Amino acid sequence: MSRALWALLSQDLRLAVRHGGESLMPLMFLFSVIILVPLGVGPGPNLLAAIAPGMIWVAALLSSLLALERLFRPDFEDGSLEQWWLGHLPVYGLVLVRLFSHWLITGLPIILFAPVAAQMLFLHPDALVTLMISLFLGTPILSLVGGLAAALTLSTNRGSVLLSILVFPLIVPVLVFATGAVSVAAEGFSARTHLGLLASMLVLALTLVPLAMTAALRLNIE
Amino acid sequence: MPSSSAAASACLLNAEALRFDRQGEPVFQDVSLRLNAGRLLLILGANGSGKTTLLRCLAGVIRPIAGTLSSSERRAFLGHRTGLKSALSCRENLDFLRRFHGQMQCSADQALARVGLAGFGLRLASTLSAGQTRRLGLAGLLVSKRQIWLLDEPYASLDDAGGALVDQLIIEHLEGGGAVALSTHQRMPDIGAEPLRLRLEPGPPESMRR
Repeated sequence: MSRALWALLSQDLRLAVRHGGESLMPLMFLFSVIILVPLGVGPGPNLLAAIAPGMIWVAALLSSLLALERLFRPDFEDGSLEQWWLGHLPVYGLVLVRLFSHWLITGLPIILFAPVAAQMLFLHPDALVTLMISLFLGTPILSLVGGLAAALTLSTNRGSVLLSILVFPLIVPVLVFATGAVSVAAEGFSARTHLGLLASMLVLALTLVPLAMTAALRLNIE
Repeated sequence: MPSSSAAASACLLNAEALRFDRQGEPVFQDVSLRLNAGRLLLILGANGSGKTTLLRCLAGVIRPIAGTLSSSERRAFLGHRTGLKSALSCRENLDFLRRFHGQMQCSADQALARVGLAGFGLRLASTLSAGQTRRLGLAGLLVSKRQIWLLDEPYASLDDAGGALVDQLIIEHLEGGGAVALSTHQRMPDIGAEPLRLRLEPGPPESMRR
């Protein structure tokens, strides 16, 4: 059983390396935004420090949207997605593995890059840990919620617009509490409440979304 | 063929009164069939008569609207879209299928040699021709043991030798106690024994909708 899950995970990662350019696109997008913002709004450290939490998080959110088209669509188009129902594993487990590999490819690099981005935007050093934790809790939610929208729009032809419309309302609370956490940490207060709420959102999404996603995939396969 | 009568006792898949609708229109209805070990079922019918849909239904990929489908055996479905990753090599594709479906039967290289792609292990699947891609798909059937093969137009884009290869693989699979259902409207399989036939009627006339 675990062999099949591992097979899927290693194939996903191998394909991500083969499609190197596309896999790095979200990170490159984030990087570009962080570089361009000081050029656009001016290089003053105070101004940049004030907008840093929001900028980093908005960039992370938008960049995660870029990769959603690749979550299920290639498998849907080449026919390997329907093979998921022919394996001996519950599709639920395969969906979880796919989400995990997607997060490894798109979410984890953003977290690792966050200290650089924070430095470039003069984020208060005390807020860095909070930023990392908020990204660590928040990016999986982006993958989950975005993945649900991707699964729902699978059989619509290039459903990107629909996908964004579906994702944005659901993702606003994440943005609010994540940037809130980083902002209060930068002001020297404890961000525990915000992070706790983020963590509970993650647990909620992790429990419910894969079930909905499995049903949505089935609907599109039929 | 004498072997079929000996091995034919076990029923691998049983379907009764299957019906599938698409946008309220039945694609097929009241389809009953039995797949016994060692038997080949031919699904015939014009374009759009629901052959692919029926095969996907038997595979368990889509669920019928009505009717019952019972099978305790593992099933393999090979359709027009072969489920192969073009960015991976032939061997990587087969190794994935082996591990994903479990019950490994033969190595990727053995399967490649069996379908006439010996030495193609490191070639990217995207560099194969259409016929070679079909052959790689067939190799995917061989790497893990699944009793029931559901093949949608297995002869498509294959040359004569490829068609004979499909026949030979089917014969070996049937002799091993497996069962095969396939749809075709080109070449008829030549396996030495008379296959079962199921003819699907094309799109339902208006009178049948009530």
